[in-house]
Amino acid sequence: MMARHIVATVDEIAPGQRRLVSVNGREIGIFNVDGEFFAVGNRCPHEGASLCKGRLVGLVEASEPGSYQYSRRGELIRCPWHGWEFDLRTGKSWCEPDRTKVRSYELKVEPGGALVEGELRAETFPVSIEKQYIVVEV
Amino acid sequence: MVGNRQADLSQATRYAGAIDCDLHPAVPGMSALMPYLDDYWREMVSVRALDRLNLNLTSYPQNAPLSCRPDWTLDQGRKPGSSLEAMQAHVLNSCQSRYGILNCLYGAQVFHSEDMAAAFCRATNDWLRDEWLNRDSRLRASITIAAHNTELAVAEIERRADDFRFVQVLMLVSGEMTLGRRQLWPIYQLAERLGLAIGIHAGSAYRYAPTAAGWPSYYVEDYIAQSCAFESQLQSMISEGVFAKFPNLKVVAIESGLTWLSGFVWRADKTWKGLRAEVPWVTRAPSEIIRNHVRFTVQPIDAADEREAILRLTDHLKSDKLFLFSTDYPHWQFDGDVALPDGLPDPLFRNILSENALATYPRMAKADHALEVAE
Amino acid sequence: MSTIEMDRSQSAKHKLRVIDCDIHPAMTSWTEVHPYLEKQWIDHLSVYGSHLRHAFSEALSHPRMSPDAARIDAYPDEGGPPGSSLELMRKQHLDPNGVQVGMLIPLRWNPGSQRNLDFGAALTRAMNTWQVERWVKQEPRLRASVLVAQEDTEAAVKEIDARGGDPNFTQILILPRTDEPLGRRRYWPIYEAAVRNNLPITVHVGGTNGHPSTGGGWPSYYMEEHHSVAQTMQAVLTSLVFEGVFERFPKLRVVIMEGGLGWIPSLSARMDKHWSRLRSEVPHLKRPPSEYVREQVWFSTQPMEEPGSAAELIDLFDRIGWDRLLFSTDYPHWDFDDPRYAFKANLSEAQRDQLLYGNSRNFYGLG
Ligand code: FES
Repeated sequence: MMARHIVATVDEIAPGQRRLVSVNGREIGIFNVDGEFFAVGNRCPHEGASLCKGRLVGLVEASEPGSYQYSRRGELIRCPWHGWEFDLRTGKSWCEPDRTKVRSYELKVEPGGALVEGELRAETFPVSIEKQYIVVEV
Repeated sequence: MVGNRQADLSQATRYAGAIDCDLHPAVPGMSALMPYLDDYWREMVSVRALDRLNLNLTSYPQNAPLSCRPDWTLDQGRKPGSSLEAMQAHVLNSCQSRYGILNCLYGAQVFHSEDMAAAFCRATNDWLRDEWLNRDSRLRASITIAAHNTELAVAEIERRADDFRFVQVLMLVSGEMTLGRRQLWPIYQLAERLGLAIGIHAGSAYRYAPTAAGWPSYYVEDYIAQSCAFESQLQSMISEGVFAKFPNLKVVAIESGLTWLSGFVWRADKTWKGLRAEVPWVTRAPSEIIRNHVRFTVQPIDAADEREAILRLTDHLKSDKLFLFSTDYPHWQFDGDVALPDGLPDPLFRNILSENALATYPRMAKADHALEVAE
Repeated sequence: MSTIEMDRSQSAKHKLRVIDCDIHPAMTSWTEVHPYLEKQWIDHLSVYGSHLRHAFSEALSHPRMSPDAARIDAYPDEGGPPGSSLELMRKQHLDPNGVQVGMLIPLRWNPGSQRNLDFGAALTRAMNTWQVERWVKQEPRLRASVLVAQEDTEAAVKEIDARGGDPNFTQILILPRTDEPLGRRRYWPIYEAAVRNNLPITVHVGGTNGHPSTGGGWPSYYMEEHHSVAQTMQAVLTSLVFEGVFERFPKLRVVIMEGGLGWIPSLSARMDKHWSRLRSEVPHLKRPPSEYVREQVWFSTQPMEEPGSAAELIDLFDRIGWDRLLFSTDYPHWDFDDPRYAFKANLSEAQRDQLLYGNSRNFYGLG
């Protein structure tokens, strides 16, 4: 059963920062990339490193040798161990997008007012109307 | 030819139509090249007595057991591989080969002087044309170049462009530098345009130690180290993006030993997953790049059980298109007629024997037409 | 193709018991070595630094893709490089990974590659003592390696004999990019001393000797450089075999560390094949090369091979010999192997225990 969970308030995770949360026993990394939030599973599918400890990097491509095209600053997480890159938007690894991926979770930023009305799981959060919350579907 | 008629016959049937991708014709001596040198170099040969130099490569000592199979030696002390008639009798006829590719390992390409090296490479190629290609229509050849001067190498390749019997450009696995380096790209660009494969052959110009651990003591160690040089050259060409830049280029690893390939692709694929941002033009796994661009002549097969080794490699590399039939004549890699182990299934066997080579060397069959027209 | 998922619950079942043959300790600051280094050499180090056959004295000219070649989660909160904090090493590695014994492989300053031989020898003495004082005495699970300056054979032998009786040391450490290939006779007194002291020779990736890092010349990229260490190890093994080191020292045991595994069967076959053709050049070899390898050489497991299928991995282990494989993690380096997930195959409990623990226990004579 999928349910929606409040995992943090927006102001707890500054741009460029991340936070490791646990929902139903699952470790999930919440990342703030320039004000946009992403949620992906924390365990690297390769040998289990904690992706939250990795570095946020941009997408590096090349139209030909020696020509480096850099885009999407900070939208990939590079595993802290062996350096595999995962796209925060899809959870897919760069090298084997179809075969090797981390789970990426539906994430929404919602105002406290809307949440108080709904039936959200926020075991650890007293929800206040003024704040913005990060809600993950797990 | 050693062996009874029966054995010869069975070999003939088995390999009929083979394309032998590694034959070594030997330049009998510098005098053979004299007609192809210009006045300046002819005078230098006499002034500097270059014709008295023995240009046998250290990588293939003439009398080392590996350099010539005992039943393929020539009488009167002639260099193994220096007789077309012997080559015909020993392999071309007995295998009923359709084509054979000549890879000449005379030392022209290793002189430090770029001009001298280019002059002797040119003469070697002319000599190959007159003394071999013109005398047996089954023969094809690799263009010997001195890669340390890219411009001169490119000019030499251009010179052969219209002669489709030249199907490949030949480079030593341990030459001046790693083979992926951008300064060599004009060679690859031209090869791609002309449909020439790049043949990387075992052998060293000894510009540096054969191993990262330094200079070994023995010849057998040097020879063994060559498979590692092949690994590093493939890794270099992949990492530098040669195949990204030249998507139609084919590379043939000649006399590489083969079985190192499994470990190579495992490690290369794994390393790429972690480090690919350093070389972002490498957008496919090295194993896939190898499947698309690199071929390997079969002899020698470094395994106790050669059949099992080929099947295992085909399985690990997920392709039956990688290997090219070769005898490595006159080098001593196998005895009797087992250039290929028994019991390989079809279509793998046929692919190795000829199909893979036809796909690798598009110029090979074109030359037949050219010859017909000329006649 | 199925998605690979990391299954924590399955792995949690296994209670880990590990001997890790390859842990890299670091210094918080280089002054840590001062108490063990003569003043002359402290001064020398401050004034002239490391003097190697390499363009940078303390950096690599193929910079790694991670700082300090390390896992980026291995930086101690209190500062200092990865591998410098015993507390973090315990918390992050020794405790959770069930490490019963961990072997230290210090790499700083590359003492064996120092062109100033006296300086190199002084560094080995100091760093050997440093390992014991700073690490082994503080943490009973750790063991030291006898660093030697192999280019000064006499000094190396002296150091081996000095440490040989000390149970804190389990092996002799040499980095493979030596001035000459390790089989050459100049190094034989070291092997004699190893046998005399019943210590294995461990050849761990590294060193610098001025020779290109591949048999095809200098590579441009770290991706190539990283790959090449497997080839260097092949050269070392070839040299040890063909120079007759194993023939001459039948009790010598060698560990090839961090060189990968995929090449071992093919190199063994290649050596046998070409030896059978060219044996008249090396009459001192009495047996096919692969036999010496099978009897006198062991291999550490990291970085673990990841072939296309589990069956290929098992086939590889079968061909190398399961009893030859010594588990290692390379902590805290970036290509670290986790004992739970490194082997991408379904191993039986017995196989897993043999690889992670049993082989090293037998090999190093522990417990
Ligand atoms: S554990 Fe993440 S890349 Fe290996």
